[in-house]
Amino acid sequence: MSGNRARKAARIRHLMETEGDAIAENTRGFNQGRYDAVAELEDSESLRTEARAIKEDAIERLPELLDRLTAAVEDNGGHVYVAEDAADANRYVRRVCDDTGAETVVKSKSMTSEELDVNEALGPDGVDVVETDLGEWVLQLADESPSHLVGPAIHRSRESIAELFEAVFDPEDPPETAEELTMFARERLGERYREADVGMTGANFVTADSGTIALVTSEGNARKCLATTDTQIAVAGVEKVIPTVEDLAPFVDLIGKSGTGQDITAYLSLLTPPLDAPVVDFDVPDRPLDDADREFHLVLVDNGRRAMREDDQLRETLYCIRCGACSNVCANFQSVGGHAFGGETYTGGIATGWEAGVEGLDAAAEFNDLCTGCSRCVDACPVNIDIPWINTVVRDRINRGADADSFDHLVEGLTPDAEPTGMDLGKRLFGNFETLGRLGSATAPISNWIADSTPARVALERVAGVDGRRDLPRFARQSLTAWFRDRGGPAVSADSARREVVLYPDVYTNYVQVERGKAAVRALEALDVRVRVPDAPGSGRAPLSQGMIGTAERKATAAYDALGPHLAAGRDVVVVEPSDLAMFEREYERLLPADAHAALSESTYEVMEYVYGLLENGADGTALQSATESDSPDVAYHSHCQQRTLDLEPYTVAVLEELGYDVVTSETECCGMAGSFGYKAEYYELSLDVGDRLREQFESEPDRAVLASGTSCLEQLDALLERPNRHPIELVAPPERV
Amino acid sequence: MATDQLEQFTDSLGRHEATWTGVSADDLPSALDAVVEPPAVGVELPYGTVSLSDHGVELNPTPTELEAAATGVTPVEAGIAQYGSLVLDSGTAAEPVSLFADRHVAVLDATDVVPDVAAALETLGPAFREAAESAVVATGPSATADMGGLVYGAHGPKAVHVLVVTDT
Repeated sequence: MSGNRARKAARIRHLMETEGDAIAENTRGFNQGRYDAVAELEDSESLRTEARAIKEDAIERLPELLDRLTAAVEDNGGHVYVAEDAADANRYVRRVCDDTGAETVVKSKSMTSEELDVNEALGPDGVDVVETDLGEWVLQLADESPSHLVGPAIHRSRESIAELFEAVFDPEDPPETAEELTMFARERLGERYREADVGMTGANFVTADSGTIALVTSEGNARKCLATTDTQIAVAGVEKVIPTVEDLAPFVDLIGKSGTGQDITAYLSLLTPPLDAPVVDFDVPDRPLDDADREFHLVLVDNGRRAMREDDQLRETLYCIRCGACSNVCANFQSVGGHAFGGETYTGGIATGWEAGVEGLDAAAEFNDLCTGCSRCVDACPVNIDIPWINTVVRDRINRGADADSFDHLVEGLTPDAEPTGMDLGKRLFGNFETLGRLGSATAPISNWIADSTPARVALERVAGVDGRRDLPRFARQSLTAWFRDRGGPAVSADSARREVVLYPDVYTNYVQVERGKAAVRALEALDVRVRVPDAPGSGRAPLSQGMIGTAERKATAAYDALGPHLAAGRDVVVVEPSDLAMFEREYERLLPADAHAALSESTYEVMEYVYGLLENGADGTALQSATESDSPDVAYHSHCQQRTLDLEPYTVAVLEELGYDVVTSETECCGMAGSFGYKAEYYELSLDVGDRLREQFESEPDRAVLASGTSCLEQLDALLERPNRHPIELVAPPERV
Repeated sequence: MATDQLEQFTDSLGRHEATWTGVSADDLPSALDAVVEPPAVGVELPYGTVSLSDHGVELNPTPTELEAAATGVTPVEAGIAQYGSLVLDSGTAAEPVSLFADRHVAVLDATDVVPDVAAALETLGPAFREAAESAVVATGPSATADMGGLVYGAHGPKAVHVLVVTDT
């Protein structure tokens, strides 16, 4: 393994050992909470659509809204400062603290203030900034950075917090339980509120019409920061502005549910500053509360955001409401947390967009590969941000070594064949899997012997970072398309056919998992479908997952050219490999003209979805292999991440149950293999750690036959379990006639 | 106001760890005596029949009294049925009173319950724009999960009790 890959692997291993358990428990708890809370919601989809529309509109009209916001705040007697960058913002904050003679600033949780490193900026002035959010306070004591957007200290267990308090404070009666730890922290922080001169908060939203700051909190610390000080500084990215107070509604309904699975957080502070509430001034502890004379400063931070707004690919990042849902749902994040899966400030899938826009590509490059494009975050995001796409775009820019400041680069980068010469060799290898498959299949079994040989594996690991501990895909000697040609093409006549389909020969089904392709043909033909298996190029999934957008676009165009005539002839397209199906349904929207994408996605079906449709429409299911005819009536089924994002898992389960099978489904978001991810030397151990949960669940069902839909899931299950596995279509297809 | 909306509100209170008592305006004084544990601080209620100072509630508290308070009594501007949330006027002493005391006793007129957040914001929007008012939407006690388990009373109240006045 090369030095860089080995260092990365060691860092990930260390974090999995030290923080992995706490991260896993917390993120999985949040994630399950989200599923439960959103399920309770009557119309979550329309709320998400509404929230998205408000953000799109707000960013579109940003200059105008910032003007309105400034006027509203100033009309009320507050001050607004728009800071160009972090240094500019910190200069302003320092001046306010200096003018008020502040010695202690009490601060509530704010990622934007983390982005500014404002605590460090104020330190040399003799201003002590106290984090009052309990999680942030723990990090301040431990001198650590947040590992999660919402739960900054979720990498720490209760025990490790107890040890920290004991080490820092040496209390007589050390707190141990969560209750004791909380009350200990409350008391300590209570003392700091008494000394406080300035209260600093972030802002979840700022309304342009009234100048109202919305703070979404649970502990009450933000309220106390403001109750005990007469000078307030709110720090917010410019993207936090929304047009009106009424526009807050969908966000309030969504943010707690999406983030931590809370129905609603304990407090939503809606502050139209300067506040009129009396100040709880502990300098005069025995004087009754009096009318307040409060001062308010709103610091709106640009720091790269207005350039992101001009960037067609990164703009979506600005819609982010920082709920953390994309982290919680992410299988890799659940294993490593934000200290690996994060940049200078931000963590999780969306962090790639924030770090690329705020800090630059180098910061994003540190962790961008941890997004496997599994797409589970897409359904979790309350504002429907295509987070995998942002990761792909940034990966493409990193491949090209694009200047962090030049945001028009991607468009140029869409030129076919434009992959840069300097990019990572491993990415190049995986991105060109189709060529590998064609050559490997043509020369099998020799290609498999060579690939298995020690010198070849050593070279593969050293040069391309393919982990030597992984079994490589076995190329079939005869491809699916060659088999289909040799057997004489379609077997069901056009006259007797119920439907006509083309079975898309994705590169995995065509060269590696050929048996599932043959099974798909048998199953469809048994249901009176006239099947063609045309020659068609790869979908572009492999290059896209490596950030090779230019190559992927060229593949997409070629695939559409091959399939378009069949669509025109009224044939449906059936796809076996879920990741290729997801290309047609989702990513082609960005790679093909709109009408081409619409035509293809409308007529494309996952193979078990198609079988379900046939059975629902009167096809005779007895032609398929039922549970009573099968040697495996009980099955454990792992769907594929992208298949689940497209809501296609239920069809496979329904067909299996219809045929009498007893089905248990996996409870993991992703198997951990995620295409090429688990083959990479630096991520091999992480990949197995992610898969461990799936292994445990399926090992507890030892008598069930293992089924999975995706090629890489099948490869991962091969590594995780002793039992063989297959695609569901192989189970239900009638046996091959000898 | 529909009874089922009030029922939804009180169900939601329970779901969010708040307790409640339904009470007529006439019975409010005795209801207060039952739930106000001294020392208590408060903001006067908009019912002519009740004066909090008759119930041992300090209406002009000092910071020390505020911090020592076992109970903080405030009026509520509106209730939100969907979540059992209380809309408090945070431009007044209701803000610190509902925050510092161990237990927040909130007095809500049943006719002020609205169905959801959107409905509450329809009233708040004009008040924010035209009169620069502020509000806190409070749901249940203050809470944290940062210390390795869910704990109530992180910085704010450990308990919330709502007196729902039903016959005004």
